[in-house]
Amino acid sequence: MSTAIEVNGLTKHFGQVKALNGINFEVQQGTVLGLLGPNGSGKTTTVRILATLLTPDAGFAKVGGFDVTKDPAKVRTEIGLTGQYAAVDEYLTGRENLELFGRLFHLSKKDSAKRATELLERFDLADAGDRGIKGYSGGMRRRLDLAASLIGNPSVLFLDEPTTGLDPRSRIGMWDVINELVKDGTTVLLTTQYLEEADQLASKIVVLDHGNVIAQGTSDELKASVGGDRIELIVADGQQLNKAVETISSIGSGQPIIDEISKRVLVPVSGGSKAILETVRRLDEAKIEIEDISLRRPTLDDVFLSLTGHIAEEVVEEQTAARGRKGGKK
Amino acid sequence: MSSQTPRPALGWFISDSLAVTKRHVIKITRIPETLFFALIQPVMFVLLFAFVFGGAINLGDGGDPKAYREFLIPGIFAQTVMFAVASITVGITEDANKGIMDRFKSLPMSPGAVLSGHTFASLVQNLLVIVMLSITGYAVGWRIRGSAVDTLLGFALLALFAYAITWMGAWIGLHMPSPEVAGTAGLAWIFPLTFASSVFTPIATMPSWLQGFAQWNPVSCLALATRDLFGNPIPFPGTSFPEQHAVALSFGYAFLILAIFAPLSVRAFKSRSANSRG
Repeated sequence: MSTAIEVNGLTKHFGQVKALNGINFEVQQGTVLGLLGPNGSGKTTTVRILATLLTPDAGFAKVGGFDVTKDPAKVRTEIGLTGQYAAVDEYLTGRENLELFGRLFHLSKKDSAKRATELLERFDLADAGDRGIKGYSGGMRRRLDLAASLIGNPSVLFLDEPTTGLDPRSRIGMWDVINELVKDGTTVLLTTQYLEEADQLASKIVVLDHGNVIAQGTSDELKASVGGDRIELIVADGQQLNKAVETISSIGSGQPIIDEISKRVLVPVSGGSKAILETVRRLDEAKIEIEDISLRRPTLDDVFLSLTGHIAEEVVEEQTAARGRKGGKK
Repeated sequence: MSSQTPRPALGWFISDSLAVTKRHVIKITRIPETLFFALIQPVMFVLLFAFVFGGAINLGDGGDPKAYREFLIPGIFAQTVMFAVASITVGITEDANKGIMDRFKSLPMSPGAVLSGHTFASLVQNLLVIVMLSITGYAVGWRIRGSAVDTLLGFALLALFAYAITWMGAWIGLHMPSPEVAGTAGLAWIFPLTFASSVFTPIATMPSWLQGFAQWNPVSCLALATRDLFGNPIPFPGTSFPEQHAVALSFGYAFLILAIFAPLSVRAFKSRSANSRG
């Protein structure tokens, strides 16, 4: 197996906003890397640099063996890109869009037409293919967008939040498609805000926060660092908060997190449903009244909480900052 | 990448441009209103000036309405060519604010082809407008009296000028934050430029401080060159340099605009799509 994407010391600043602070990671050919982080963590900037849309301030990146700043033309023959917003022409039909991008990928007229038909069928758009995109649903647009990025059979595919805004059914459909592509040998780099999505798709996850890589590893490794399931409970009387923590802390597999304002206690546990039964039993014995209790899987917030000690904040999106600098130089 | 055929860079540039042209030509057929209003605008100006203002404008011949119309139509040609700027600004800003720009940038296509394809499609639209205007002109009594060669040269000059102006429109479009602003910004500067010219009135009737500007004004040059090539009347033939060399100067202006705004637009395109997204 060889390296499909290599990122080394990649740095990008937009004016005062430090979008990337020298990040490093590698993606092996034919695998999926999940780039996980909240808005503004640098996910999109990373993808845009790798797709040759932005030049980094420092560091280098190679895609398919080609340097993105020194040899962008070669990189472009290897990649497909699906951004957060549908990158297709509203006034054209699905087929016309695919044929246009096929021609611009330098496929022959015949091959563009053939590939367009293939992709429309594969993405369940055969019937809608000759209709204008204006009438497409959100899910159909996303599928067409993904089809457009596959027009040239790319060896490396970048998916920037491919399922944001999709309903659950379309989301699972998208996951199936991505899994299929990887089975055929495509390397995929996807960004997501959802731990579950990275968990489902990615063999390796890189967690970004404020432009830094704060963790990377397999989903299991990452979860181990977060501590598995957690019990979240809210006590009825704030006075009893500390007593509640004392009563149940021995059930937890890690340090409980207490939030006095919302009267909330978060306890990492490994026992799942057994642990929640035990918690309820003990609290009942100690006559501590609770308003709410639940057992849940770790979320991105939990990853951030355990890795950085702060909850994933929404900082100003890097694009907004970039647009503020009108007509900035590369 | 499976079936890419080797081809020289210029060949790719042309075929990429044509693919983009096709995109925009399809778009014109999907929104026929765009073409309709582009066609109707010069017709309105012809009717307005031929029958409303025309009677009040003195060409020094005692106010012959027929002579004024022959004077007017080449002027409207020049004005219409300036309006070509509007045929592209909004579309360019719209594209620049959308994800499709990223798609183009990530494809192995010639980067300049996104703009050149768009300008080609605009040229197609503007040629249709010129044809429409010729028909309208003919209907109100305008006639071509020049030689066949001069006539061809006249239409070639109008087409070239319109094409150069679309590059200017592309450049403006790439600097506008939204299509709404682009719509106004593309046109705002055209009105003073076309009215302070020999499009509707002879320069000799303007105040002397304005005459120098009007003489060098590219729109005047183009109007005068068009009158000259189509063999239409030129009242108060001026003796200034731009009036004496209107045809050559008009070609010069067109090439100058092209030479300035084509590279500037390509540069603006690269930096805009590289650093922001809508």
